[in-house]
Amino acid sequence: MMVAAGTGRGPRLERPDERGRFGDYGGMFAPETLMPALEQLAAGFAEAWVDPGFTSEFHHLLATYTGRPTPLQSADHLSREIGVRVLLKREDLAHTGAHKINNALGQALLTTRMGKSRLIAETGAGQHGVATATAAAYAGLECLVYMGEKDIERQALNVQRMRMLGTDVVPVTSGAGTLKDAVNEAMRDWVRTVETTHYIIGSVVGPHPFPWIVREFQKVIGEESLGQLEGEMPDVVVACVGGGSNAIGMFYPFAGREGVELVGVEAAGHGIETGRHGASIGAGSPGILHGARTYMLQDDEGQVLEAHSISAGLDYPGVGPEHAYYADTGLARYVSITDEEALGGVDLLSRTEGIIPALESAHAIAWVAREADALRDRMVLINLSGRGDKDVEMIASKIGMR
Amino acid sequence: MSRESLDRLFADVRREGRTAFLPFMTAGLPSPGETVETFIAMAEAGADAFEVGIPYSDPLMDGPTIQVASQRAIEQGMTLGGGFDVLRRVVEATGRPSLAMSYANPVFRVGPREFARRAADAGAAGLIVADLPLEEAGPVIGATEGAGIGLVLFAAPTTHDERLARIAARDPVFIYGVAAMGVTGEREDVSDVPRRLAERIRAVTGTPLVMGVGIGTPEQAAALAPNVDGIIVGSALVRRALVSDDPIPEISAATRALAGALS
Repeated sequence: MMVAAGTGRGPRLERPDERGRFGDYGGMFAPETLMPALEQLAAGFAEAWVDPGFTSEFHHLLATYTGRPTPLQSADHLSREIGVRVLLKREDLAHTGAHKINNALGQALLTTRMGKSRLIAETGAGQHGVATATAAAYAGLECLVYMGEKDIERQALNVQRMRMLGTDVVPVTSGAGTLKDAVNEAMRDWVRTVETTHYIIGSVVGPHPFPWIVREFQKVIGEESLGQLEGEMPDVVVACVGGGSNAIGMFYPFAGREGVELVGVEAAGHGIETGRHGASIGAGSPGILHGARTYMLQDDEGQVLEAHSISAGLDYPGVGPEHAYYADTGLARYVSITDEEALGGVDLLSRTEGIIPALESAHAIAWVAREADALRDRMVLINLSGRGDKDVEMIASKIGMR
Repeated sequence: MSRESLDRLFADVRREGRTAFLPFMTAGLPSPGETVETFIAMAEAGADAFEVGIPYSDPLMDGPTIQVASQRAIEQGMTLGGGFDVLRRVVEATGRPSLAMSYANPVFRVGPREFARRAADAGAAGLIVADLPLEEAGPVIGATEGAGIGLVLFAAPTTHDERLARIAARDPVFIYGVAAMGVTGEREDVSDVPRRLAERIRAVTGTPLVMGVGIGTPEQAAALAPNVDGIIVGSALVRRALVSDDPIPEISAATRALAGALS
């Protein structure tokens, strides 16, 4: 189904093609051992997603367990401060403190339906790890989360939460000890355990069918927003992009609509020109990372480069293949915000609205603040993907409040 | 060299009723200066063919041993061109058919045709790409055919019979049977998994079958030998390249023991 008629963009793709691709991106570059499980997962999800029993259980849990719908807040104080009318989709108020729970719960239900008993996941900022640990505890599944040792250090609160929920957190020391390396390690676990274990990948990345499944579980963000807008249409919809699950969940229901601009905010880290950033679309090139063809950070011989971001969730050298497709077709545009600017975004939202955002989400806030002159008189919808409790120590150390 | 050198090897071992030994070593190990000499020592110790690992930054089909080896090789300056140069010198010195082993991203970054051409120019007989399943192999199959080298396709314990038939139908130079669930690395056990997979593959196709992953001892190799055309050992040799004070004699001795268990 296509929505983009007449805009000269797109089209938005309801699902990837039979090869698991969004245009030129996506696919299944996975070891043979995993291929039968990926086939089974694609078929199992397709079947579940049209089964009213499954979808009603999912939506019932979203309502009664995670607290959906999350509010759509008119951020009047922020709006006054920067001179742009801003609406916030409050995913920070979902159970566990971020949008990640939507996907974790959906995939945990799928795991039970497929008759598997063990979950694994990777996590960067720890939000997906906490969400998966939570879903595992709720569904009565065994759970193990891989987390880079550098991220374990900078997200100690979330590590503790996962352990309290009964999940094993395994430090990953390979590479730079961040999200990319945690994904590698989770994949390696899965190659060994695939017959009994489901891998809940935390973003719209990985081999098909993961980018499609995760987007389907996350599109509730944008669908709810459309209903809460009561017919009004935002001029600009903004979300931060690491792997890109909160962004695609917000963008997808808006994609291709006349007069709505979608803006994904990547991590510029120390600055794009320094090479120390996480801007896979803005400064990367097409390649194959974690099973999918997409934009990524790599050298001329295809060695993967380390990303950098102050926010662990955006510290990733790739991006979901559907975003790569949106970038090429003009369905969305992608910009970037530095570590410094993101810290400014945390400060701005904390002071004006009394909301401490996650460092990831602060990238979206900071971009709107920076571009306020260009956005004046326009209505901007920001996906506030998570809350900042996990980042408090890190931020305090950065801005010398200790 | 070309694909025919591997086709010939498997025809020979079948006629002679033995099993070929194909050791793996990461290009640049034990050190950049010793790597070609190590392959020569393995040839003298009974290796029939080689897998030359071109180190990749994110080897997600590899366990800790080959991960560390890849990282060390890259840090010491090993490149794609360097890897092909090692392969060229190994083929010139030993005359053994040799395969380049890589991952999908480097292959597609350079371009499958260019990658296959460079491998063929270096004297490679074939190409192994660890994360390239049937569904994505099309461009690489075309490229390797065009360059006159073989492509290896994988079959795992999880691969069902209908899929095995589709894999065989793509005419791989051999099928790499994954002998254990999981990534590369040494394992203690001798399980029934590889033998059962070998029997299923044999029932579907006459394509040469080589097994690797989790095979590291002469006992494990000997147990599987009657069911396969060749055995690959990687981590058990790479480990010696990483930790030994005098790696070449140790790798040579291990190769001799492994190759000896197969004849």
